[in-house]
Order: sequence, then C-alpha cells, then structure tokens
Amino acid sequence: MAFLDLFKSHWGVHPQDHKRPAADVPVRRLPLSSRLTIPLSQHVGASARPRVLVGQKVLKGECLAEAQGNISAPIHAPTSGTVVAIGEITAPHPSGLPMLAVTLEPDGEDRWTEPDVLTDPFSESPQAVAKKVAEAGVVGLGGATFPSAVKLALGLRSKVDTLIINGSECEPYLSCDDRLMRDRAADILSGVRLMLHTTGAREARVGIEDNKPEAIKAMFDAARGFGQIRIMPVPARYPMGSDRQLIVELTGREVPSDSRAADVGVLVNNVGTAHAVHQAVMLGRPLVSRLMTLNGGAMAYPGNYEVPIGTLVSDFVELSGGFSAAPARLIMGGPMMGNVLPHARVPVVKGTAGILAFTAAEVEEVESRHCIRCGTCIRACPMGLMPLEMAAHIRADRLEDAAKLGLTDCIACGCCAYVCPSRIPLVQYFYHAKGELSARERSKLRQEATRKMAAQRQDRLDREAREKAEIAAKRKAEREAAKAAAAKQPGAGVEA
Amino acid sequence: MIAAIFSLTVLGVALGLMLGVADRIFAVEGNPFIAEIEAMMPGSQCGQCGYPGCAVAAKAIAEREASVTICPPGGKALAQSLAARLGVSLDMSEVKDTGPQLAAVAEDLCIGCCRCLKVCPTDAVVGAAKQIHNVLREACTGCGSCIEKCPTEALTMKPVPVALQHWVWPKPLAA
Repeated sequence: MAFLDLFKSHWGVHPQDHKRPAADVPVRRLPLSSRLTIPLSQHVGASARPRVLVGQKVLKGECLAEAQGNISAPIHAPTSGTVVAIGEITAPHPSGLPMLAVTLEPDGEDRWTEPDVLTDPFSESPQAVAKKVAEAGVVGLGGATFPSAVKLALGLRSKVDTLIINGSECEPYLSCDDRLMRDRAADILSGVRLMLHTTGAREARVGIEDNKPEAIKAMFDAARGFGQIRIMPVPARYPMGSDRQLIVELTGREVPSDSRAADVGVLVNNVGTAHAVHQAVMLGRPLVSRLMTLNGGAMAYPGNYEVPIGTLVSDFVELSGGFSAAPARLIMGGPMMGNVLPHARVPVVKGTAGILAFTAAEVEEVESRHCIRCGTCIRACPMGLMPLEMAAHIRADRLEDAAKLGLTDCIACGCCAYVCPSRIPLVQYFYHAKGELSARERSKLRQEATRKMAAQRQDRLDREAREKAEIAAKRKAEREAAKAAAAKQPGAGVEA
Repeated sequence: MIAAIFSLTVLGVALGLMLGVADRIFAVEGNPFIAEIEAMMPGSQCGQCGYPGCAVAAKAIAEREASVTICPPGGKALAQSLAARLGVSLDMSEVKDTGPQLAAVAEDLCIGCCRCLKVCPTDAVVGAAKQIHNVLREACTGCGSCIEKCPTEALTMKPVPVALQHWVWPKPLAA
C-alpha cells in the first residue's frame, strides 16, 4: 500500500495548536486607552490621505483619511475625541521603520456619527453595495489586508461562481476567528450573503478546521435556511488557511502559478471580513475595531478582546492585565507568519489577528547548522517547491536561479523552517531574496525612465536649437528685405 | 609557365571579387556588442564613470578596459547584468552602491543662477532666473552633475530614506 501513498498530498505540518484555553474565554472589551495612534497605511496599496486637522474634534466612525488611488482604503476614527498629532510613529513591523499616523486623544464619550445605512441592500446594485464596503474601509482581515471592495469588484468582473469563506484559522495560538464564528455566526452569514450579492457568485463554501467543533456547530445552526451557503469542515493542518490550499480542499480546483483565484472562478474572503462587510452595509459602521487574540506564555490573561484600531500594544497588554512573566519575544499575528515587533509601543492595525508574548522558555533560540540535504522541507512545502535548493542559491547570491525554481510562488508559510532539522532560517532567505529581486526590478524601471527623460531632453535641446536657427534665419531674411527696401527707397524718395 | 600565370591571375581576381562582394553583403555597421552594452546603460550621460558619456563607457566596458562596476547610477543591478552579459565573475563587495541618493536644494542658499538646470541630464531641476530652484524627486537620477555647478553649495546629495514598503530583510548569516 506504500505505493498509494505517492498520490496522497503530504504538504503542511501539524504544530500543536495552543488555541485553548484562550479560545474558550468569552470575548472581553477593554476600557479605552488614553491615546490612539491610527496608521494611514493599514492595507495593501496606496496609503490614505489625511483629511482632518490637528486640534479637530471627531466622532467615532468619522473619516480621518480618505482612500487615494484605485487600490486603497479610508481610515476612520475608532472613538470620539480630538486629533492631537499627524506624524511619524514606529510601524508594527520587524524593521522598526517609521510610518505616518493620526494620533487621537479620546474624549471618553465614544459617540458614533449618524450611521448611513442601506435600507435594503439586496435590491441595490452590486456596485452600490461594494461602494458602501469601500467607504467603510473594509480590508481583508485574514492578514493580507487587501481592500475588500476592490476584491469584490474583481469577483464581479471575472464572473466568479464560488465564494470561499475562510474560517480555517490554521495558525497556532490564534482564536479570534473561532470566537467570532461562535458568537456572531448570524452576522458573518449576513456578510456572506452580501458578498454573494456583490460578486454574483452562486454559492459560498465556508471552510472551518475540525479542531473548532463549537464554531462549526454555531455556523451550521446559523446557515440553516440558506441553501447557497455550505459549511464544510476541513482537516486541521497548517497552512490550510492559505487561499490556494483551501481552494483545492473545498472545490478541487487548482490555481495555476501565474494566475489568481478569480481566474478559476473562486474568490476567498475571511470570516472576519464577512463580519466587517455586514457591519458596514447593515449597520453603517466602518471598520474601527476588531477581535484580537492575546496569547502566549507571558500573558497574564490570554483570550480574545474587542480592540479599537490604533491601540498601542503596550496599552492593550496592560489593560488586559499585563504580563505574567517577562516576555522574550513579542509577535503580531501568528507564530508561523506573524511579525516580530521591535517594541510594544506600536499600534494594532486592521490586519492584526493577535498579539503573542512568549517567554524565554517558549522561544527556542537555536543556532542554525549546515543543510544536510534531507529533503524534509520539500515534503512539507505546500506549494511543491524545493526550499533547500532555493536557499542554497540565495546563499550564493544567485537570486535569478532561485527565482527559476519558483521563489515567487513561495507563500512564506514557514513550514520548511518549522521542519528543518538544521534550523536554517529558510523563510528569511526567501524574504530577503524576494525583497532584493523587487528592488532590482524597481531600479531597472527607474533606469528605463531615466533613459526616456534623457532622450526627451535631447529632443528639447534639438528643438530649441532648430527654433533658434529658424528665428535667426527669419530675422536675417527680414533684415535683408529691409535693406533691399532701403536701397530702393532713397531712389523713390528722390523721385518724389 | 603561361598557364600557371593565367590560372593564378584568374584565381586571384575571382577570390578578390568574392571577398569584395562578401564585404558588401555581410557588412557590420559599428560593433553590435557595444550597442547592446550601451542599451543596458542608464543613458543619462552623467559622466560619473570618468568617460564623457554612456556610449564611450559602453565601448570601454565591451573592450574590457573598464570594470563592469564603474556606473554609480546603474548600481548593483547594472553591474550584475553586465557581468552576466560579458561572462565575467563579479565580486559584489567591490560594487560601490551608496544606495539611492537624490539632489536637494537648500532654499536659503539658492540664488537662482540657473546653472544647475542647464546640466541636468533629465531636466529634473526646475527654476527661473532669480527664483529658488527645486528638484523633482521623480525625475532626479542622483547622478550628481549639478552639485559642482552650484556656486553657493546650495545643492547637496541626500540619501533617500528607506521606506517601509521598500525595506528588504537582511540575508541570514551563514551557518
């Protein structure tokens, strides 16, 4: 029977999920922190343009910055208060580089603006609903933070037939989607129905990993009566929540390397995004807060919290009850794909699914050793790549060779580094190579632009020289004509 | 004797004609290899390499007189593609890549003399006589031609700060 194993898919890893007990604690709300810093770029695409002034009073849900460009999303005030600064703050990013943000001092009233609700969204055109979603600043909450309205419009344009709702939450430690499905299943399904309406898809399939039986049950109960929505438990396996893996699992379709999910008639959205769409369209509430998981050995009160966007991580942890032990590492997002934070004075953003604080015992600092070419990473790679070969090329600065092996298909899930017996930081190699390759691409584009500009300047100089010569020739002709006329004139004058 | 002279003459004339015809038909205008190298260069004619222009520099590179790393505006990317085209090995550590730099005008020093905007290879400096000049960031290639023309040292090269979107993870230290 070993022969049949050849046909079984063997990608992925099975890390211990560490989701409980945090997932079983009811959602808690935190008191407002004394200051919120709301970054202007919390999404893929162009950063938002601020439209408030320092000193201006804003209400909760008021637009702080508007979208600019085709792929962008507006930013809204997470509570009522006064804008005290617009400037640079440390980004929640491993580089620790600065980014622009609006700083808001809450007035404690937490007063909403008048909600602008679509009374009957299902009788409106898909474009009108998508516009509402865009105005609410909804972005993909699964982590990619792609503006949702743009994605829905793409779905409508490319005539997708199936909507996939991602409730798999395959990252260990995180349970915010689990909690959302348990507590607000009806709202999620309302969002899913709105998404079906906006994209024109016929059915929606909700994939939930089978390590979340409570969420599956809650969603099953809520979906009763909606024939076009199917709840489909999927086996727990990391990275099941990656869109390509989930699409294969739920529809059997494989997305080719150089195309998008929409090209095979599928659109993937997170359950959190569906919930945000419901809030935006049915309640007229923009995306100003979300569920976030607080977890890890160093947290005193792990669990799920409703957190306003822009709360500093340090405030979040402190208001939740602080650390129980000294944290050795702070991570935004999951342990597999999340970002290591430079320090805790960075804000949480729309794409933040959780904050993890690990103790020194949990963070295993092991020095990496040489590759023994065991091939374990090849077996683990969900994209069918050869991480060991790509890393070897990158180590020798042969980035093009790595790209030929499919570097651009790498989803940076971390399976290869997780299973590597030599503890080689494979994903860091791939991040480095991808960044370096795109930097080279950018400088190449710049060089082409330079050449064009230099040619245009030469054209201008030539044109100016030509025009000067023409004018000189014209003047000369005029002068000669005048001279000729003058030579005639005296004679004429004598006659007269 | 006569037969030998005749046959050698005929042979010489025939071969000479063939050579002449072949020269016409298979004529090579310039060196295509140099043209190819020139097409790879930035084309801003900034002269930072020490050669009067990109075409001359391309010729020097093609004839192996100049190293593939002489072009500062081209940076690492150009050095790498040139090395690949010429088939030479490249030690990346010798590439002088100061990172992207742009010219900037100090408004309090600029006297509006218009000298810099005449030398800019991409027309990136805008200004008029006795008006403060400015550099268009999108058009500036960081070639530095304008710096030495400025009589008041108002023009300086400023490194472009690394933006969050363009930050690159460092390469892991080898085991």
